[in-house]
Order: sequence, then structure tokens, then C-alpha cells
Amino acid sequence: MPLILVEVSAALLLLSGVADLPRLGGPRATKWVGSLIALIGSALGVAASVWALTQASEASQSISWNLPGGDLDLGLDPLSAFFLVPIFFVGGLGTLYQIGYWDPASHPRNFRAHRFFWGLLQGGLALLVLARNGVAFLFGWEVMALSAFFLISTEDQREEVREAAWVYLVATHVGTLSLFGMFSLLWASTGSFGWGTLDLGGQETWRLWGVFALAIIGFGLKAGLMPLHFWLPGAHANAPSHVSAMLSGVVIKMGIYGLARLLSMIPQPPLSWGGLLLLLGAVSCVGGVLFAIGQHDLKRLLAYHSVENIGIILMGLGLALIGRSTGRRDLLMLGMAGCLLHVWNHGLFKPLLFFGAGAVLHTTQTREMDALGGLAGRMPWTAGLFLVGALSICGLPPFNGFVSELFIYLGFFRGLLTVDGASYPAVALGAPILAIVGALAVACFVKVYGVVFLGSPRSSAVASAQEPPLTMRSAMAPLAVACVGIGVAPFLVARLLEHAVRTWGGESLSPVRAADIEAWVPLGWLTFLGLALILSIGVLFLRFSRVWGRSTARSVTWDCGYAAPTPRMQYTSSSFAKILVDQFSWVLHPKGEQPQIRGFFPTTVKRHSWVEDRVLGEIIHPLAKALERLCARLRPLQQGKLQAYLLYVFIILGILLIWGALGAP
Amino acid sequence: MRAAEFAIHLLLLLAFPPILLGVINKTKAAFAGRVGAPLLQPYHDLLKLFRKGLVLSETTTWVFTLAPAAALLAVILAGMLLPAGPLDAPIRFTGDMILFVYLLGLARFLIATAALDTGSSFEGMGAAREVSFACLAEGAVLFAFLVLAKNSGALALSSMLRGVEEVEWGIAAAPLLLISAGLFIVVLAENCRVPFDDPNTHLELTMIHEVMVLDHGGPLLGLILYGAAIKLYILGALLVQVLIPFDNIGPGGAPVFVAGLLGLAVAIGVVESIMARLQLRHIPYLLTAATLFCAFGFLLVTR
Repeated sequence: MPLILVEVSAALLLLSGVADLPRLGGPRATKWVGSLIALIGSALGVAASVWALTQASEASQSISWNLPGGDLDLGLDPLSAFFLVPIFFVGGLGTLYQIGYWDPASHPRNFRAHRFFWGLLQGGLALLVLARNGVAFLFGWEVMALSAFFLISTEDQREEVREAAWVYLVATHVGTLSLFGMFSLLWASTGSFGWGTLDLGGQETWRLWGVFALAIIGFGLKAGLMPLHFWLPGAHANAPSHVSAMLSGVVIKMGIYGLARLLSMIPQPPLSWGGLLLLLGAVSCVGGVLFAIGQHDLKRLLAYHSVENIGIILMGLGLALIGRSTGRRDLLMLGMAGCLLHVWNHGLFKPLLFFGAGAVLHTTQTREMDALGGLAGRMPWTAGLFLVGALSICGLPPFNGFVSELFIYLGFFRGLLTVDGASYPAVALGAPILAIVGALAVACFVKVYGVVFLGSPRSSAVASAQEPPLTMRSAMAPLAVACVGIGVAPFLVARLLEHAVRTWGGESLSPVRAADIEAWVPLGWLTFLGLALILSIGVLFLRFSRVWGRSTARSVTWDCGYAAPTPRMQYTSSSFAKILVDQFSWVLHPKGEQPQIRGFFPTTVKRHSWVEDRVLGEIIHPLAKALERLCARLRPLQQGKLQAYLLYVFIILGILLIWGALGAP
Repeated sequence: MRAAEFAIHLLLLLAFPPILLGVINKTKAAFAGRVGAPLLQPYHDLLKLFRKGLVLSETTTWVFTLAPAAALLAVILAGMLLPAGPLDAPIRFTGDMILFVYLLGLARFLIATAALDTGSSFEGMGAAREVSFACLAEGAVLFAFLVLAKNSGALALSSMLRGVEEVEWGIAAAPLLLISAGLFIVVLAENCRVPFDDPNTHLELTMIHEVMVLDHGGPLLGLILYGAAIKLYILGALLVQVLIPFDNIGPGGAPVFVAGLLGLAVAIGVVESIMARLQLRHIPYLLTAATLFCAFGFLLVTR
């Protein structure tokens, strides 16, 4: 039953954009009809997937179609349901958000296309997660990837948008190519595209490692794993904000889903795989947060934090895989629960932050943090909700980020102890890394919040800033509530986590004990202390502000008595980040223009500094240039004549015919 | 019995910390050949601040007034996770050491954010320094916790700090001494003492903590200074309990614990008297050293 409901909601979402295509809906209908259909689909989807998750129900279904590679096999189990929840939840809130954010009146050129692909994206995501064989999976994967491309390039009149979209397209195609390779390898090893237990035990090692390497490249490119993240900052920064929210909150998690699904089907993963994932995760989270600190563009900064959080998620997955290879149930449970819960958590606070950034962009028309400032007074709702998101992403208690990081921390600590099985001290190195990443994230979000929302306005862009429309605010509020909710009452999701982890872990989790998560992680204490902290802060604040209200005077900020302070004298985002950027300049290679100041009365000079993506700038661009030069030699073949092309086809077919006749494998 | 222990623990946590500042100042005065302020001066200062009125900057918002109170409560909650010598922590559970670190992180986030609320470059500088230098310190603390967890086989602060004695001190001594050295540097850094920061300086450009709170006055400043004193107490208590095996001392441990903390305060005073502060750009090196001390301790226990 839940499977049917999920399919219905996916179909509703797929069709929702069609209602907005020209000639189908009138000018008045466009604003609401498609959005309403999509909202109904999302609500139904959330209900169905939560239902499936609480019941731990498993269902599958096979629809025959005339495509090579097998039927359309669909299925729903707790692991799928776990990833379906954010698809429908964030998707639904994004639909609500875009009513105010991308309305037909102010975007007449592209809103219809944008609505169409927005629906398509969500339908594709749902199909991908429901897929139960390689072909169906790739089908959903490509629908997702291509509709994301069209959504990123929504504002294709701007050059930077086109550039970001092309980089994305290349990256996603390379990823898809390696997934084709991976599924072909699996097909060669098991004889079908179907999923089940992929027993690769009897195969040669190179096949096993080939599957793993191709999976890391294919899924890692989508997930934005460093150094495969190069497409991500540009794409997230230049897409419309609700698309950024969806990309960051949901789409990149599909890389994690794919990896988790594949690993769940391999019965005896080598121990080194887990270690490798742990290492890749550590590189991603340190690299991601360091590059985030160097950014001046609000959305680009948030995008780099996605790289960081994917790293944390991957560290959890690596820990769980180590647990499975070594038979340590505690590592498996804590690692996978941390990984999955962080998938949800990041899918809550990152869309919240992107929605907040979108609200700022909507009203000030700039993403440049150093042009903002003092927005808290002008848009108090957005500022308050953004603060919840900022505290959550730093993993601070009593918000949700802390809970998932606690799972992973406890996994690292338990790896050090000899509880049931040998100890793995190297695993414990993850704990200090995670702590340093957490402290760096605090530094980064103090900067973001302080520079964007606090202080005084740095430019005229802020002067007319105001709260976004109600639809946009009401899309943010549920996310903030969920962030606090999971942070204060994690026991609510413990059961759901358990179901999903058990689906992933398979037999290695037996004998199954129901209360495992509660036994290893003090969820009750988190609730008690979280409530105590929130209540006592509230009481103290109210109590004191009443007393102080009577004797409060207002004055200027201390300026050493300087006669003409201006808002431009405030600390900017780059000055705030300078210490850390300098300290890690060996990673970041910050660029800058430092003009010379000469003479007694120098003219006005401008200083500019920035941190570029090194993978894109130093590897991908040179590589692409070299490839372009190489391909230029093939240009004579490109005649522009249909006859010539048909000849090429004939020649290739002929070669294949001869190859086949000679007895190809 | 539990209730009495709880009350004493809370009393120590809430009432004892300011005297540590008094001891540090007395020590520094003795080194300089002065009489110095009375030991209880910090209490008088706090009381004075709480009775004052409030002047707020025109640019500030609710963040500015909320942050000091919230940060103070976060620090107090962190203190309640930590045992006090022979007294068990009122709150203890698996994984409380992570909550301990993150509550201090929450306090740092709030204070630094409130600093940026004033829109002043001075506060910006202070906040940037505070959050940047904390990154290395957190790594050091986590390495220290890993050593304690490995030594004791436990994952809660109360047991981690006690279980040390179950191992032969001789074997455990080297890693414990290494993490103690690291933690001592962290105590100095996190509480903005010399050589990281000079609490007595009056030049805004060179300060870290003090410059973050330039625009806080009256009760808000009182809350922040009180919170800072408690933070000094809890980080000091962590270090003292790594160094002194309270399980072996038995019920007479409470005076030893207090004496240990006072001794630590004297040590901080001595460091402040005989050392100059470091150049700001050299601070990361010393913090890296602290992290490495603790990391080497970790390597020793995993061998």
C-alpha cells in the first residue's frame, strides 16, 4: 500500500509542472494549479514514506516494459523510505517557497520551464530511490540529473549561470558514465541487472575493486565528495535558491544512497573499503569547511558546507562498513545511524539556510556578504530562522546536528575500546578531526551570521530590505521546527533509524536487539538537557530583560571617539576569515590583488582577495583545455553532411560485424 | 547523601570560580612586589556590575542581550557534566564528554556572534581571533579524551577521569603527563591568559577576549565575566582531575581538589608574571604544540 501511494505522489509530482506549460493553464492558473498538485503529491509522499518507515514494511512490484535490461522493478523498504522522506518534505517546502520566490510576474521568461523541471526532478528522485534494478535506477538517475541541469541553468541569460551549468553537465555525465561501467561490471559478474545479494565472492579481486572504484567516482561526483566536488559550488550558488536547497539537501544525498545501497548488497566488503571511505570523508569535511571559510559569496559558502557535511556522512558510512567487515555491531549501528540521521539533518538545516540566503538575495539582490549587514533588524523572522540553521549546522546542542555527530563520535570512541571484538585505534582519529571541523564550522557561521545579519548595513542594497512573502517564510519555519525537534527529542526518530539501519546491515546485525540505539546513545538525557537548557535560557532572558528594560540607555558603538565612523569600517567577511585563511594558505592558495600605494597623496586604490576552487582551476580547466586541443584534430571528420555521418555509422557497424564474426567474447 | 554531594558540587561550580581570578591576581601582585587587590575582589566586581544599569549600542539586536545569558547557562551545564574531585558529576551518561566540548562551543558561538552585533571592527577582531584559535584547542581536547577513554575503558567523563587509577600509574603516566601538558596550554588559551592574551592590556588592537566584550556593560558584562570565571574553573578542574588520582585519596579528596585548583591558579599567575604574551601570529604554533602533545599521548596508549 505505501508503495502505491509513493508511486502516485511521484506521478503527481512528475505531472505538476505540465499544468504550467503554455496553453494548458491560463495566466491566472499558472501560479497555483501546478504548485497545488505538487504540494498534494509531496504531502502524500511524506505521509506514505513515513508510514512505510514506521511499519518497516517491504513491498516490491514489477512492471514489464520493452526496454533491454529487464522489467521496471520497483520496491520500497525502510532504506528507500528513509531517503524518500527528505525528497518529499524538502521538495514540498521548496514548492511552497517558489510560489513567492519565482513568481510568474517577475520571471516571465523562464518560470514555466522551471516549474516543469522542478516537478520532473522530484519524480525522478522518487523513481531512483524506488528502483530495484540497474536499468530503472539509471533511468531515475538521468531524469534527476538532467532536470537538475535545466533547473541550474534557469537564468541562462547570465554567463556565470551558463558556465556553472556546463560544468555540472560534464560532471554528471562523467558520473553517469562510470555508473554505466559499474552496472556493466556487475552484469558481467552476476549475469543480470537485477538487485539482490551481489555475491562477488568468487570473482577476481580486480572486478570487486573495479565496482568499488567506479561507484566512488560515479556516486562521489554526485555527492560532491572532495576532490570530485568541483561542479558543486558554482551550481549551488547560481541556481535559484529553492533549487540550491533541493540540490544540497536531497540530490547530492542520492550519491550517498547509491553507495549505501550498493554496499548493502555486497555481503563481505573488504575492511579496507571502510577505511578508504573514512579517509575520503575526512578529506571532504576538512577541505569543505576550509574552502567555505574563504568564500565571500553567501550561497557559494553554503555550497562548500555541503561538501563538509557529505564528508561527515561518509565518515559515518565508512565506520558502519568497518563494523560490518569486522563484525563489530556497535560500530555498524552507530556509524550507519549517524550517517543516515545526518542525511536527514543536513536535509533540514541546509535547505533552511539556502531558503534564508534566498530571502536575503530576493530582497537585496546580492549574494556578496560584504555588501550586506544589519539585516536582523529589517527581517527578524528570517534572521531568527537562519540562526537556528546556523547553530544546527555547527552541530551545537540542543539542535539536530549535534545528535547525528554524537552517534558518529561515539562510534569513533568505541572503535578505540575493546568491547566486542578487537579495537581499531586508527578509527578513533576521526574524533579529533570531527572536533576541528566542528570548531571551523563555528568560525565560519559566526562570520556568516555576524556579517550578513548583524552590525550595520554595508551598502545601499540593504536599505530597502524587508521580510520575504509569507509563503517563503512558512517554507522555512517547518525546517527550523524539525531542527529543534530532532535535537531535543531524538528518541522520536530512533525507531525509524533502527529500521533503516537494519535493512542496510542485513544478517550481520543479528541477533537483533531492539533497544540498541537507546543503549549506546543517551537519547533520554539529550531530551532532558535540551529542554532544560532552552527553558532556563528563556527564563533567565525574560527575567533579566524585564529588570534591565527599566535602566537601559542607547548609545553609539564604542569607536575610540573617532568623529566619522562609517559602516564600511566594520569587519568584513574576508577580514574575519583572514587568520584561518592565512593559516591554511597551503591548502587554499588564496589569490589577491595588492595594489602599490605610492607618493604622499595616493589616488584611490582597490584591494581584492579571494579563494578559488583549486580542483576546478588547477586540474579540471587545464584538463579540459588539453582535451579540447586533442579533439580539435578530429574536427575534419565533422563535415556537417548527413551522408558523411551515415557513412561513419555504416563503417562502425561493419567493424562490429567483423569483430563479432571473429568470435568476440 | 546524593543530594548533599549534588549541593556541594553545584556550590563549588557556582560560587568558587571567581576566587581563582583573585588568586591569579594576588600571585601576579606578589611577583611585582605589590600588595594587590583583595582575594575576594572579583566577587565585589561582579556584584557591582549586576547592580548597574545598561547602555546598549544602537546597532545591537536581541542577539546581543540574549547571548551572554545563554552562554553562561551553556557553560554551567558543561560544568555539571564534570566530576569535582571525589564528588560525582550530577549528570553523567555515555558520551557526555562530547556534549561537554560542544556546550563550550555553543558558548563561544554565542559570545562571538554577540560581539559582531555591535558592528565594531574591534569586536570583529576579537571574535575572529577567538573562533580561529579555538579550532586547534578542540582537537587537543578530543585527543585528551581519547587517551582517557582508552585508559579507563569508559565513555563518560566521571568514569573516564576516575578509571585512570585502575591502570598502573607507571604505564599510564607518560600519556597522562603528555595530555596534561597539552591541556594546560588549552586552559591558558581558552581562558585568554598570557601568553595568548593579556587580560590587563588596554590596547584594543592586541586583545582577544577583552575586545570582544568592549561594548557589553553592566549586568551583561557581569554575566560574561562570571561565565569566563566558570570556564576557567571547569577547564582547570578537568586538568586537576587528570593529574590527581582521586579514587586513591578517598573521602578526603575534596580539600585536595580545591587545593589543586588553587595551585593551578597560582601556576597561571606565575606564567603570567614571568612570560610576555606571544605575537598573535605565533599563537597557532603553541596551540599546534598542545594538539601534538595530546596526539602523542594518544599514540602511546594505542601502541
